[in-house]
Amino acid sequence: MRLKLLSIYKTLAAAALLAASGAAMAQDSAALRQQALAATCANCHGTQGRAVDGTAVPGLAGIPAVYLVEQMKAFKAGTRQATVMHQLAKGYSDAQIDQIAAYFAAQKK
Amino acid sequence: MMQRRHLLQHAATGAGALGLLSLSGCASETGALLTSSAGGRVPAKTRVLVVGGGYGGATAAKYLRLFSGQKIDVTLIEPSDAFVSCPMSNLVLGGSKTLADVTTPYAALAKNHGVRVIKDMVASIDPVKKVAVLASGPTIAYDKLVLSPGIDLMWDSVAGLRAAQGEGRILQAWKAGPETVALRRQLEAMPDGGVYAITIPEAPYRCPPGPYERACQVASYFKAAKPKSKVLILDANQDVTSKGPLFKKVWAEQYKGMIEYRSQHKATAVDAKTNSVKFEIQDDVKADVLNVLPTMRAGAIAVQTGLANANARWCNVNYLNFESTAAKDIHVLGDSIQIAPGMPKSGHMANSHAKVAAAAIVAELAGWELNPAPMLTNTCYSFTDAKNVVHVASVHEYVAAEKTFKTVAGSGGVSPGPTELEGVYAWSWARTIWADALV
Repeated sequence: MRLKLLSIYKTLAAAALLAASGAAMAQDSAALRQQALAATCANCHGTQGRAVDGTAVPGLAGIPAVYLVEQMKAFKAGTRQATVMHQLAKGYSDAQIDQIAAYFAAQKK
Repeated sequence: MMQRRHLLQHAATGAGALGLLSLSGCASETGALLTSSAGGRVPAKTRVLVVGGGYGGATAAKYLRLFSGQKIDVTLIEPSDAFVSCPMSNLVLGGSKTLADVTTPYAALAKNHGVRVIKDMVASIDPVKKVAVLASGPTIAYDKLVLSPGIDLMWDSVAGLRAAQGEGRILQAWKAGPETVALRRQLEAMPDGGVYAITIPEAPYRCPPGPYERACQVASYFKAAKPKSKVLILDANQDVTSKGPLFKKVWAEQYKGMIEYRSQHKATAVDAKTNSVKFEIQDDVKADVLNVLPTMRAGAIAVQTGLANANARWCNVNYLNFESTAAKDIHVLGDSIQIAPGMPKSGHMANSHAKVAAAAIVAELAGWELNPAPMLTNTCYSFTDAKNVVHVASVHEYVAAEKTFKTVAGSGGVSPGPTELEGVYAWSWARTIWADALV
């Protein structure tokens, strides 16, 4: 429990630091890793989660973390249909999904 | 209390490391600036030199700036004014898109991210002195070099091909650009009832499903404009190397009697006079339009620098930071590397490599530990006609015990079949990844 709380705290702290910096500056090693992990989504969802205008893939920047986590879990469980995301979501652990969601929630739309 | 201490530690490490980055950034700015004959200002020294502006190099240049909060100075050497995407270029052959539709200029990398873009080629690299010499003459020193030169076509693997290609008779169009347009013209000039043949080299080669998608695109054009014509796929491999069941179903149903697939056809020679191709074992094949893809290896500059240490063709790298196993501080990305199991040579994969390498370089320059668990993704769409698409997707995790990337168990997969919905997503993918690399 204590470990879990600590890991949540670390994620939140990293997200808060990112949000405070304005630009997505990697403040430390943990924030850099979180940013690099979230960047694996950017090929399709846009750099820093900002979708390219007129594309069919939704942007992720500024979306509440709780919602992003729920959707990723639904893709993993197969309760939300998709063409690709159900296959990609299964490649990420719950802890990774939490980090990715916290990162995008802290980005400006 | 513990939390506050932790936060203070965070702040302290962050400030210290960023200070280091800033200082180093300033140091590199003090170098004298020379003027390159190719235009653009060439610094005597750059913190990170990126060679090659494709899916790997352009992405690395942009993400080095993003991940360092614009603190690391980055110079990109690229000979073209604009990036022409290989993914989607088969649609130019099919006739539903133009080359302009798959072209993105480099200008935004400088304007939006402060990447110093120099239009030039790298003639040589000295990994010991850590300098690169440009084709136009100047020398640039670097702390880190990112090498993303793409593939080199091994012309001599097919006798007569270099001359036939030089004369514009037998084209490859595997590096998208003017040759893509030239091949389209050959298809347009071909009479109805003619034969288009594509030869595929043994894997690994750039873009595993690309030749099969190309066959679909040419057939899609023939079906509408030249219905008596044929498409012949002559594959050096034992079987279709990617999305096999999906492509075979499309060929059997949508292009019945038009597309013929022949495995185990390894091209050894071409004759431009008769437009025919010879194989290691099978009988010669004559075609009206012959599209020969020779054996491929890492881009010439990687081979020349002595980095192609896997079968003298591909570059072995440490997958944690994509550093060459042959040269310190040279990070090799994209199609040039010796692939891990299940890792395709694709644009999306090169973009993924670039982000892992960029994060690793930022960490190394800041004195931080490398991320022990980097991740890669790949999504590859193939158009089976002008609108319908199938995909293959995968997620790759670093497995420390084996020092390689492996696909995450239970993840990834292919489409059930071609759909127009995936056609919409494929085009969204293209526009987004081009922006992710270049804008």
